Amino acid sequence: MAAVYLPRSLVTLFLNPPPRHLSLESETLGQLVSDLDARWPGIADRLLEPGPLIREHINVFIDGERERSLAAPLSSSSVVHVIPAVAGG
Amino acid sequence: MSDRIEVLVGTKKGAFILDSDATRQQWRVRGPFVDGWPVHHLVRAGDGALYAGAGSPWYGATVFRSDDNGETWSQSSAGLTYGDDGPKVTNIWHLAPTPDGRTIYAGVEPAGLFRSDDRGDTWTHVAGLREHPSQPEWQPGNGGLILHSIALDPQDPKHMWVGISSVGAFETTDGGETWETRNKGVRADFYPGDPPEFGQCVHKMLIDPTDPDRLIQQNHCGVYRSDDGGSSWTEITNNLPSDFGFPMAVHHERPETLWVIPHSAPEAGRHMIDGHAAVWRSRDRGDTWQQLDAGLPIENAYLTVLREAMATDRLDPVGVYFGTSTGQVFGSNDEGDRWSLIADFLPDVWSVEAAQVAS
Repeated sequence: MAAVYLPRSLVTLFLNPPPRHLSLESETLGQLVSDLDARWPGIADRLLEPGPLIREHINVFIDGERERSLAAPLSSSSVVHVIPAVAGG
Repeated sequence: MSDRIEVLVGTKKGAFILDSDATRQQWRVRGPFVDGWPVHHLVRAGDGALYAGAGSPWYGATVFRSDDNGETWSQSSAGLTYGDDGPKVTNIWHLAPTPDGRTIYAGVEPAGLFRSDDRGDTWTHVAGLREHPSQPEWQPGNGGLILHSIALDPQDPKHMWVGISSVGAFETTDGGETWETRNKGVRADFYPGDPPEFGQCVHKMLIDPTDPDRLIQQNHCGVYRSDDGGSSWTEITNNLPSDFGFPMAVHHERPETLWVIPHSAPEAGRHMIDGHAAVWRSRDRGDTWQQLDAGLPIENAYLTVLREAMATDRLDPVGVYFGTSTGQVFGSNDEGDRWSLIADFLPDVWSVEAAQVAS
């Protein structure tokens, strides 16, 4: 099961919010987003833009490496961090 | 006099609600709601729900809804898309609930119109507008390619107008399947030659609530009224000190009363002229205008009031409210004769609406 870490700014968008840390059996990054969306409908719209692509200012790290491809594979030991890009203002 | 008045404020960083009793003299500030989200428009629909149109650089555009006066919020952008092959919807600029409360329209960036028939849970693209033959030539203005005005005919749910910056006004009579440009008589000084069929830069367009054949608009190039549903426009800039400004407001029962806020020229600072804050009111549909500045700062007040940031309530006398891009909200409980600062130190104010709620 991949370990997934979600940002506070994302989970607080849902009345029944996802936990900040959860485990999923997803085999790819795209499937992980789909699996999240199945449990918290609408979360995919916050993470993806047309393409579908990971939103420009959403960074996803798999085992510490930044990843943009939804086809990126996940393993049972993968650690996935979803982190909004830093911004000023 | 038992109703309360709310001034709904959308800002660069969340939304706020100012509320007062019907005297409109003491105001309480609540918020921020949807904190951290840029809110372009906050409205209260007829069923009491609050809707906030928002667009985040991180999480995209969405519409928030609260059914408990802002205590909790849900959000959805399901269907708010031009598809995987289309441009990304980046912002919700305007929300327009229908009078019967069954539908809410959303004007978005890049310019397009969406509707929801289930209180914002899902959205459907009103595709006919972007199928207009002019669409490939739509070009963004300084503020983007944005649909910011939706004027609904209160007597005919299939009849409406929309306004798009740097593109102009459109009318549909078939619920949005087909649209016609409505810009005749409106200047476009930034084009050479005669005004084009489209490309006019409408800043805010409103319908006369008592007569759907009558429209008004503050344009990049003047203030206008139409008596024929937008088929032709007459300039009513007249004695205003500038033809440039963003918002406009109309009295709900005596629509010969209008309010605008002239700003310095677009190539200048686009703020209150000479640092003298003033709202201008007409009692004759724009034939003549009167400067109103009692209670407003009249020296060194280089305020800017954006297109969505002025509103009126429905009490008698009407209350008028406007917010600035520097975080002040001013209000008048006597149709603009005298003003007071009703909130300060807010984030940049992008929208102001007034709502009446039962105590």
